[in-house]
Amino acid sequence: MYKLTDVKKDYPKGRQTVHALRGVDLEIADGEWMAIQGPTGHGKSTLLQIIGGLDRATSGSVLLDGTDLTSLGEGSMTKMRASTIGFIFQTFNLIPTLTAQENVETALVPLGVSGASRKARAAEALASVGLADRARHLPSELSGGQQQRTAIARALVKEPKVLLADEPTGNLDEDTRDEIIALLEKLWRDKGLSMVMVTHDSAVARRAQRLGTMRNGKLTVKQKV
Amino acid sequence: MFFTYLWRELRRRARQAIFIAIGLALGIGLVITVTAAAAGVKNAQASVLHSLYGVGTDITVTKAPTTSSTAGGGFGFSFKQGVGTSARPKAGSAINDNTLASDFTLSSITAADVTTISKLDNVAAAAGGLTLTDRTVTGTVPSFNTGSSGSGGGGFGGSGSGSGSTGGGFTGGGTSSFKTNSFVVSGVDLANGELGPLSTGTIGSGQTFTSADATKDVALVDSSYATTNKLKVGSTIDIGNSKAAATKFTVVGIVTEPAGDDTTNVYIPLAVAQSLSGLKNDVNTIYVAATSGSDITSVANAITKSVSGATITDQDTLASQVTGSISSASSLANNLGKWLAIAVLIAAFLLASLLTMSAVSRRIREFGTLKALGWKSRRVVGQVMGESIAIGIVGGAIGVGLGFLGAAAVGHFAHPLTASLGSTTASATPGGARAFTGGGGFGGGAGGTTGGGPTGGGFTGGFTHAAANAVPTVTEHLTAPVTLEAVLAAVILAVLGGLIAGSFGGWRAARLRPAAALSKVA
Repeated sequence: MYKLTDVKKDYPKGRQTVHALRGVDLEIADGEWMAIQGPTGHGKSTLLQIIGGLDRATSGSVLLDGTDLTSLGEGSMTKMRASTIGFIFQTFNLIPTLTAQENVETALVPLGVSGASRKARAAEALASVGLADRARHLPSELSGGQQQRTAIARALVKEPKVLLADEPTGNLDEDTRDEIIALLEKLWRDKGLSMVMVTHDSAVARRAQRLGTMRNGKLTVKQKV
Repeated sequence: MFFTYLWRELRRRARQAIFIAIGLALGIGLVITVTAAAAGVKNAQASVLHSLYGVGTDITVTKAPTTSSTAGGGFGFSFKQGVGTSARPKAGSAINDNTLASDFTLSSITAADVTTISKLDNVAAAAGGLTLTDRTVTGTVPSFNTGSSGSGGGGFGGSGSGSGSTGGGFTGGGTSSFKTNSFVVSGVDLANGELGPLSTGTIGSGQTFTSADATKDVALVDSSYATTNKLKVGSTIDIGNSKAAATKFTVVGIVTEPAGDDTTNVYIPLAVAQSLSGLKNDVNTIYVAATSGSDITSVANAITKSVSGATITDQDTLASQVTGSISSASSLANNLGKWLAIAVLIAAFLLASLLTMSAVSRRIREFGTLKALGWKSRRVVGQVMGESIAIGIVGGAIGVGLGFLGAAAVGHFAHPLTASLGSTTASATPGGARAFTGGGGFGGGAGGTTGGGPTGGGFTGGFTHAAANAVPTVTEHLTAPVTLEAVLAAVILAVLGGLIAGSFGGWRAARLRPAAALSKVA
């Protein structure tokens, strides 16, 4: 699925340059679940953003099913994100003025899905995460766990090939965290998608197939036994 | 999704949206009100000019009198009786003189000049007119003091200061026993009714002139004059002639002129006016219609070359002479009002833009998420612009309402506007705008022993006419009509305001990189 070769990412910061990624090499197979841990500020989220096409590498190549993301134009990258990649964020990032169902529908809008079909698929996605009865609720009317489930439904409604999760349980309590991780695991198995998850939580990371550790912009990957 | 998202977002920041809408509404309302007021002033000016100038007339031609001109000018009345050998009026003689004479500020123009002008290029029509004044003097000649010597003199003094001992003058002095009355008579060319002072009038009762009336003693009377003098259709009115005798005219119609055209009191056929005033074939004003507005200047130039001594007046000349509060209102609406409206509108646009950019800044995470989900920049920008345009449309609707209210307030509370035409000799305005100043004084005779009584003399120089009639002042009530064009302009301004504000916000949103937006997550 993914092949990263000597990926570097530098950010200018005043007169200095921050080397967020210092030559990352990584391969992720189809249907694989990989967790990435590491201290804050060592490049975990930067790596996720480059894998997800949200940012461009300064150098190196990022192949997704053979397509080099670093060479894609903005429009092509946007299309790639719309159809192939699903995102889950630590703070859920739901649109506050839209209901749960409408938030899920926002993922289908760029794909040109008709209104009726959008509604149907969104309802089905919400049902798959156990929120069928919360479809008309605004995010402010949902608990943290329910909001994250809505975000998961939004990420998966377009049937992506890869799911990228940036600290998906970071804002949840322990019980809710377990619920969400169990749900993610179930969906991962059911849909056979690739999943890359950035997490501080070792309990969460242990459930992945492979574990990577980011330290000072360099990635060390450990195969789970 | 677009409209759902738009509506929900505007509802979420309703207070800010209303604030922006009201700002736009105030600017747009002010633009409409000022535009309406300016249109109202323009209408008032046009009404003033039409009432003074006549609808359909582009140019009027007059001639200023030369010093040797005998046209018009003073009038006199002659005593019909002499006394003794010096033809002094007999004491107790009755005076009843009714004279019709041309205005001494206008010189005669021949019919040939009218024909010359009518044949010029780009002249659609030319019509002559006569503006005359009918004066009646009635009274009884008092007894004279013959005084032993003297150089005459004395006078017809209201204060009775004629000193009898030095000759001349009326004993007893005191106030004159004469009464005077005057009104303005316009001779109208019936063949060219679309030009001239009668063209702006509407017949209230009776009928207008027909071609058969060209030589008849028939008259149209101005409605105000008719009311004052209790005249109606069928009444008769005395109009004098050059020999101080009166002719009875039958009133065939009552005409109402636009407000302010209070100079002509009675209209009679031109040929009849010429005959009575002794100005056969002459006129003192020519009304000219050009074939189009763009030809007025060339026609004016051609007339100047063709008719020597001609004074040309067109609407621009009149407009520049109009003084009074109508000029001030015009200046206020066109200058201060216009720039104030523009300034307020620019301020409203800037405020809307700044607030929209601020709102976009607060939604960085939201827009970053949408971009992460695959929303193209232009869809995100479109959402922002749609919200701004919706606010602009609401502001425009409120602004149109405010504009109508403002225009209504202007029409309701505005003081009536006055317009006065600056006095010029040989003014082109038909009828009035002429100051009659006279010597006054009853010239004493030269005879000493025979006393200084008048020898058939009379009033020279005419009367000192009321100042009010010297320069006509027109009063117009200001209305502020809101035109469809103004409303459409307001709608366009509203949408434009939304577009400008949305552009600023959209530019901000378009520059967002999803990663940078999401990295702002706390």
